[in-house]
Amino acid sequence: MQLKSLSIGSAHSALQARQTTPLALAEAHYKQIAQRDHEIGAFLTLCRDRALAQADRIDRLAVEGKPLPPLAGVPVAIKDVMSTRGVRTTAGSKMLDKYIPPYDCTAVGRMEAAGAVVLGKTNCDEFAMGSSNENSAYFPVHNPRDLSRVPGGSSGGSAAAVAADMAVAALGSDTGGSIRQPASFCGVVGLTPTYGRVSRYGLIAFASSLDHIGPLTKTVKDAATVLQVIAGRDSMDSTSADLPVPDYVSELEKPIRGMEVGVAKEYFGEGLDDEVRHAIECAIDKLKNLGCEIVPISLPHTPYAIPTYYLIATAEASSNLARYDGVRYSLRARGVKTLSEMYRRSRDEGFGAEVKRRIMLGTYALSAGYYDAYYLKAQKVRTLLTRDFDEAFRKVDAIVTPTSPTPAFRIGEKSNDPLAMYLADIYTVTADLAGIPAISIPCGETQEKLPIGLQILGRHFDEATILRLAHAYEQA
Amino acid sequence: MQSMKVTEKDVAYVADLANLELSDQERTGMVRDLNSILEYVDRLNELDTSNVPAMAQVSDRYGVDESKQGSERFAYASRDDIVEGLRKSLPREEALANAPDADEQFFRVPKVIER
Repeated sequence: MQLKSLSIGSAHSALQARQTTPLALAEAHYKQIAQRDHEIGAFLTLCRDRALAQADRIDRLAVEGKPLPPLAGVPVAIKDVMSTRGVRTTAGSKMLDKYIPPYDCTAVGRMEAAGAVVLGKTNCDEFAMGSSNENSAYFPVHNPRDLSRVPGGSSGGSAAAVAADMAVAALGSDTGGSIRQPASFCGVVGLTPTYGRVSRYGLIAFASSLDHIGPLTKTVKDAATVLQVIAGRDSMDSTSADLPVPDYVSELEKPIRGMEVGVAKEYFGEGLDDEVRHAIECAIDKLKNLGCEIVPISLPHTPYAIPTYYLIATAEASSNLARYDGVRYSLRARGVKTLSEMYRRSRDEGFGAEVKRRIMLGTYALSAGYYDAYYLKAQKVRTLLTRDFDEAFRKVDAIVTPTSPTPAFRIGEKSNDPLAMYLADIYTVTADLAGIPAISIPCGETQEKLPIGLQILGRHFDEATILRLAHAYEQA
Repeated sequence: MQSMKVTEKDVAYVADLANLELSDQERTGMVRDLNSILEYVDRLNELDTSNVPAMAQVSDRYGVDESKQGSERFAYASRDDIVEGLRKSLPREEALANAPDADEQFFRVPKVIER
């Protein structure tokens, strides 16, 4: 079996035609994991029993000749920030080293209801806080394209699993670029849906107003297929939108001729790698040749996105992570005598350096005397950043940018400079702040054969348009 | 703006608020990192936001029925106030299963003493 070329679509056809079985597909991927993952480190936990039981259920459907659901028998990987009933879920943290969730994340449940076979849980930066996967409390993930480089983060394990054919598709989460940036670094497709499009129920919270769940896949069509499955209202998440879910897959084939595509000068400034710039310019030319009208636009508040993001995300994180108090979730420091000592020492032992740094920054930004100057200020600038997009989308249907200013950097290169690491998210945080959908698709390689990602941003709840544009680009 | 916004004393105070202890080495590193990040964040002061409303979340701007007003816009998110309205409560045993210390009924914690 050629795992490399296996997509959701081709797996589905092969299963329907009885050329393979869900069990054979799962075993082929577990074999690939056994061969590759010791040098990549994409998985934290494998859930073989759960996978094989699901494969068996799908197999019986196929034997009975029943129509197969859209993800029937498709081997997938789930970022370890999504709760899986009975399967250890760590969020990449020692704090949750032994945590066994008593329920399933809605998105995972919907994947399995659509027939997906969950192979295991993927490595990530601790509590999804990082841009390189080096903040995993377990081990760093290595980029399958170049093992000396990072896979991006925080969904680096999910991106690497798909890139190294250890899963056909994966779910990741994105708070400041954590789906799109690793997709770009590993040469796969990563989609961050509109805020509210996909339920966050069962996603371990980092920053609740910014957290999104979305797919990492080999093709744009696969991303559309997964989105179709996981999107839609969920009564367990009051922020999930009560809006109809379009047929993303059939929308893909609509023409893109005449579509107005914005190019914002603020995304091509200082710090953009020359090879990345060149690849994005070529991609823009290609879209023009496909009949799109390229429109120069401005998103003037872009330079303020990173500071805005790091104040809001850390403030929300400091509140969300208060729940790890040594009482309910696995880890408690030994030999503590008072309640207060138990909180402090458990949190000291359970959290890594970056998580502590962000809790401290967020607590500072929310503390008396600084709330207005930092947190409230950032919330106001968030309004300005969102208005930039409102304005732009009056003129254009989509906006194209680089996903990341550089290709994958070397492991260790930025790990001692938090600010330099934060700047890796410079082109991705804006979509999270505005809540708009965004996709990263491969658009060439550097001379060193490192993948480059093209980001396409769209209007709220208009995933159909960015998927259609991405699909047309990919197929041309 | 002073060159050092955050002092060791501030770090100790904030760590206290956040229920973190931090080693001496961690505190020193935190002073350096927080100052470097806050200095960068200061560029937000270049923007006049006196007439700009704060944005706490995106869902109050999008994805709701624009013809409705106030909390009516979010009527879809409300539910009847009934016991086990969304799902059955977790059995006590399951809810306690991840606790580092529990008896059959409760989470168990060290004696609460005033600091």
